[in-house]
Amino acid sequence: MLTATVFLPLVSAVIIVLWIRNPRAVRLIAGATFVADFALSILVFTRYDRSVGGFHLLEQYKWLPGTDVTFQYLLGVDGLSSPLVLLTGLLGLSAFFVSWEIRHRVREYFVWLLVLQTSVMGVFVALDFVLFFILWELELVPMFFLISIWGSGRKEYSAMKFLIFTLLGSAFMLVAILALFFSTGTFDMRQVLTSDLRTLVIPLQVVFAFFFVAFAVKLPIWPLHTWLPDAHTDAPTAVSVMLAGVLLKMGGYGLIRINAAMFPDVAHGAAFFIAVLAVINVLYGAMVTLRQTDLKRLIAYSSISHMGYVLLGISSVGAPGPALSTVGLTGASLQMFTHGTITGLLFVMVGLVYQKAHSRHIPDLGGLASRMPFIATVFVVAGLASLGLPGLSGFVAEVTVLLGTFPVWGVLTALATFGIVLTAGYILLTLRGVLYGPSRERWAHLRDATLVEGVAPVLLAAAIIVIGVYPAVLTQVLRVGASEILALPH
Amino acid sequence: MTVQDLWLLSPELSLAFLAGLLFVLDLVLERKGVLAVIALVGLLLPLAFSVLLWGEVAGWLSVLAPLPDEEPGRAIPGLFGTLVVDRFALFFKFLFLIVVGLVILASTDYVAKLRQLQGEYYVLILVSTLGMLLLAAATELLSLYVALELTALPLAALAAFLRDSRSTEAGIKFLLLSGLSSAVLLYGMALTFGLTGSTELKEVAAALRGALGGDIPFGSYTLLAGATLMVAGFGFKIASVPFQMWVPDVYEGAPTPITAFLSVASKAAGFAVILRVFYAAFGSVDLDWGALFAVLSIASMTLGNLVAIAQRNIKRMLAYSTIAHAGYLMVGVAAVSSRTPDGTTFGPEALLFYLAAYAATNLAAFFAVIAFVNQTSSEMIDSFAGMGRRSPWLAALLAFSLVSLTGIPPTAGFMGKLFLFSAAVKSELAWLAVVGVLNSVVSAYYYLRVIRVMYFQPPPTEERGVSSVPLRVALGSAALGVAFLGLAPWPVLYLAHRAALALSP
Repeated sequence: MLTATVFLPLVSAVIIVLWIRNPRAVRLIAGATFVADFALSILVFTRYDRSVGGFHLLEQYKWLPGTDVTFQYLLGVDGLSSPLVLLTGLLGLSAFFVSWEIRHRVREYFVWLLVLQTSVMGVFVALDFVLFFILWELELVPMFFLISIWGSGRKEYSAMKFLIFTLLGSAFMLVAILALFFSTGTFDMRQVLTSDLRTLVIPLQVVFAFFFVAFAVKLPIWPLHTWLPDAHTDAPTAVSVMLAGVLLKMGGYGLIRINAAMFPDVAHGAAFFIAVLAVINVLYGAMVTLRQTDLKRLIAYSSISHMGYVLLGISSVGAPGPALSTVGLTGASLQMFTHGTITGLLFVMVGLVYQKAHSRHIPDLGGLASRMPFIATVFVVAGLASLGLPGLSGFVAEVTVLLGTFPVWGVLTALATFGIVLTAGYILLTLRGVLYGPSRERWAHLRDATLVEGVAPVLLAAAIIVIGVYPAVLTQVLRVGASEILALPH
Repeated sequence: MTVQDLWLLSPELSLAFLAGLLFVLDLVLERKGVLAVIALVGLLLPLAFSVLLWGEVAGWLSVLAPLPDEEPGRAIPGLFGTLVVDRFALFFKFLFLIVVGLVILASTDYVAKLRQLQGEYYVLILVSTLGMLLLAAATELLSLYVALELTALPLAALAAFLRDSRSTEAGIKFLLLSGLSSAVLLYGMALTFGLTGSTELKEVAAALRGALGGDIPFGSYTLLAGATLMVAGFGFKIASVPFQMWVPDVYEGAPTPITAFLSVASKAAGFAVILRVFYAAFGSVDLDWGALFAVLSIASMTLGNLVAIAQRNIKRMLAYSTIAHAGYLMVGVAAVSSRTPDGTTFGPEALLFYLAAYAATNLAAFFAVIAFVNQTSSEMIDSFAGMGRRSPWLAALLAFSLVSLTGIPPTAGFMGKLFLFSAAVKSELAWLAVVGVLNSVVSAYYYLRVIRVMYFQPPPTEERGVSSVPLRVALGSAALGVAFLGLAPWPVLYLAHRAALALSP
């Protein structure tokens, strides 16, 4: 089933490339694929048996054993990755609906979107290092083309910047993977998770640092974050949704799955440093966000701030015992999921506003709520979720992270909590600036979202509200994953 | 020369016969296009002989089913011990024959445009290949030298074939520098001969084993000088820094099929001879020539990548990319077994795989360039604007091969780099691997710039481009090779593994 979930989009992409020319047929096939993928991701999530734990739904095929370098096709989910699979399916479907209005080179657009879906889905379920790396790199090509062709603003510059930054990070990751291979003799993540890493070709801390750099570029962690505002702002809306919603989580997933799980001692030692970086992310990200006047850029910077909470949760591995770290890691993974839905929704709404008003400049906008009530409502829901209003999913995640980290890094967590105040500041200012206030002549002609445009917002908003009201649906699974990671013998 | 020698030399002899036949037919035939067909069909003969010889060396049918145990395979010496037929030599024979076949296929447009010397083109390229076949098999310094000259001289003539000022300049530069490097090489060989008393690589190794020691690198200044001079001589062929000055000008001036041939086959031949000489002759000496190659590797990678960024002419850009790739390939040479914890090295095997992957990728790139230059009559990268719209398949294949050169999955280039860098990490040269991957990132910029120009800039005209069938067949085959090696590297890796095992003394 995992193979189908991962590779169904790729198969559709190949079919479209070879045989389908009509744009409507392209949309139909792509849509069917994304719906099917979403359904499969729900199946994967529900099939994961949280009472048993461990890696499930394994699919393993050994290719012909070569010589020294033997890697295999190995997929599997555990408590950490199955919610992320669900997130990818959900956001992929939302991205499809957001892409409904694309008119320019439709065929290629959906081909690249499908390839992107495959590679991101695959990253979360790959349990063999080489396969993980291949899928990690594979997302670069569709992203590069999607941003450069269908984006706006300085799209080619942003695409190239994104590509070079990510490539740089993964360059370090490749060396680290090879070093791990030559000390443990295997590319199988499950075996590396349980093996003794003391004998290494290069020092353990250096391998940890290399992995950390790769994931730091993706998350992103200050100061490697500078690609994000450009890429998010200049990408087409659907790509921004995927980028903020899913691609950033690849970094967080890597940090937990590899850095925290496979190098617990080094992670324990580096935890303070990680916490400091997390607080910088939160506060610096929030402060810069306050200054933004471009709506999309504002949401992009707010992403940096929110991903800081993920990092803060990860830093709780600095705790003396696993009890606190479990809460922190659970919070981090939950924040990944909720941030994906919340920021994804924010980008969807921004995209709708831009499509109708053709402006992202906040001082120019205003009073849109009276013209577009549906969009305004969902926008407000998304904004309130982002600032952590109880009852919506953002609150649950942030509270869990803070609860898990406060006993470990008290002062730093207090500083990060201040970030919530700043978030409230920029969110409310933005909502007022864009949606409320006196209505302007210029926007008198705007119309509300159509039926098709309304699907993605409703989907994501539903997810946000459901998780906000009943988070146990996710937290039970995530907690199994987190506690397993922390219980690994070393 | 015994009958057995005739059998061992059958690929070379059949190739020489083919060249001679083409030479004679050129005098007789009016329609020169037939020559290309005869050349291609005739190449099947040496290829068949090589396959049979592989079966001979490995036990019959070993090319179809793997041997149960790992043993280096027979190495059959021939011609009084001056050459050997083993899997290593045969791997390269396969490579060279396939490469020259594809190049001939892609040259048909060019040759049709030459007003005279059409037959000579094919003869020269086949004679050069003959030299390469001998080069891969030679185990004695003088035969090595002769084979090297046989490889280089026809290429010098071929580089000047277009008879314009750039082409002539390319030919002269190549001839002079090739002659200079051959002289240096010969001097190095003379020093080695003087020290060890024999030119046969096996006897050189025996003389060196245990006879030298001490603190002097290579155990003796004479040997140090000899080996360094040989590195200089070989370094020219593989386009390594600091012997790379000829590359951009020769690549730019020569006819593009010849550039493609130079960049792939000549380089592979150079590496074949480096591996043979350093592993077979100097393998036993307690020295660190691996470190020397590591230094050369870093210099080549860095210089090649950095200068390529500034290039506007596609052929020059690919020339600098060749220099950078020589750097990556030398990582495989630097990963010697004496550095690894368990005494086995993955270096030569990774190198051989990457040579095959690089051959496929570079040929695809150059063939696409031929097609584009035919359409736009300009070699500047900016003239490729909008090719994504005008010739979608050509542009896609060029983009694919550029992605492979960068080392992004799922291409042959990625697999090759994966293997090479893992060999480096295993030989405790992790820092070399780090430099290598960082250089790959830098190279992404100029490779992707071409993709950007093709796809994101508006075309000057909307007319669809056309290209000839043989060129498209050649390009398609090369691109298929890139995809095949990227998705299923194991067959070729297996062949490379058997070939590398044959290398150990």
